[in-house]
Amino acid sequence: MDFHGIAVVWEQRGLIVDGLFATVAIAAVSAVLSGFLGIGLFGLLISRQRAVAGLVSGLIDLMRCVPFMLFCYMIYFALPAFGIVIDNIEAGVLALTLYNAAYIAELLRGTWKTLPAETIEAGHAFGFHGWQLVLRIILPPVVMDSIPMLGNQMVQIIKDSAFLVIIAVQELTYAANEIQATYYVPFASFVCAVILYWLLCLLVEGGVRAVVRVAELRR
Amino acid sequence: MGLYDVLTIVQGAGSTIAISLLAIAIGTPLGLGLALIRWAAVRGLDPAVAAVVSILRATPAVTLVLLVYYALPTIGWEIPSFAAAVATLTLGSMAYNCEIWRAALLAFPKEQLDAALAFGMPRSLRFRLVILPQIVRAALPALVNEMTLLIKVSPAVAVIGVVETTRAAFRIGARTYTPIPPFLVALAMYVAVIGGFVAIQRMLERRQKLAGL
Repeated sequence: MDFHGIAVVWEQRGLIVDGLFATVAIAAVSAVLSGFLGIGLFGLLISRQRAVAGLVSGLIDLMRCVPFMLFCYMIYFALPAFGIVIDNIEAGVLALTLYNAAYIAELLRGTWKTLPAETIEAGHAFGFHGWQLVLRIILPPVVMDSIPMLGNQMVQIIKDSAFLVIIAVQELTYAANEIQATYYVPFASFVCAVILYWLLCLLVEGGVRAVVRVAELRR
Repeated sequence: MGLYDVLTIVQGAGSTIAISLLAIAIGTPLGLGLALIRWAAVRGLDPAVAAVVSILRATPAVTLVLLVYYALPTIGWEIPSFAAAVATLTLGSMAYNCEIWRAALLAFPKEQLDAALAFGMPRSLRFRLVILPQIVRAALPALVNEMTLLIKVSPAVAVIGVVETTRAAFRIGARTYTPIPPFLVALAMYVAVIGGFVAIQRMLERRQKLAGL
């Protein structure tokens, strides 16, 4: 056992905790924003205007071919070229939001395809159309059925947030790397980070299970 | 950005493909091994495998590659960055593929096993002739999907200095002060590689359909 390393990481626990909070905050904000954006894109995806739906679908397919790290670099270095000045945390949150919104829109569409058409037809019959139809009639059952997959996407956002270390966002992996670089205790510091990521993901999985249980009860 | 720079990125794409293919080639059978351990509920090993897979699936590739590259030398294992990159992606691939194989095994019809048992087939034959051909077919779409995910996390290995597509593009951008063109070339590389995988998957599925399987 690497007792020396564990002792060093414990002494530097303030850094780790700060990093953990940064990771949680960045992931949470990005998750909420990409959730809203994903719903918006989903609405466009199922739009009856073929041109709009086709364009959004093409953009989403393209996004699903881009590695997140490359996308992150593109956001961070490309925006200043267009005169938009943002700091690295804003760039990180923006990259996470745009990237995951594409995946969320796509997974909502996947669920939407499995749902019966009757409720939507009934919605039409009651005079709902356009965004009102999407938000009031289509979205609730789609979101309900997508909860486990949305949970998986949340885990993905947490994992993707570690990539922000490349644009020097001081999140959990950055903190572990700082401690590693200063005190040369790579094993203890990175294992500590891995365990914390694991706990975060277990927390998300537990949360998803609880939400699904409540949803089933209220059905 | 000239032709030479484009060729540098193409060379980076070669590294991306080499690292990814190695990881897939090692990780996929290892994942099957772990899935079999879980499926057979090997006492003692089953919960250990479940825990390791759960941890690996929750670990970001960037964190894992730093751990592998910096921590192994502290236990006397000097490891070149290319090997660390392959090892990291292999671990991830193994963990994800374990879950895919396990799902295929759990969905495998029990009657067929009983039938094979009734014919007195030994375990190894049962696995090779009855189970394996069918679970490969069942798992294929998910396995290919996982391969594309692996390619998308592969830029993580750039943090330990492996020059693959993304890092090659980044370097050119840093030298020329025009980061966008090299990133777009890199993007085209990924679209081509991932598109290639999806095309192969479609082809295999069509073949299976034609063969009436």
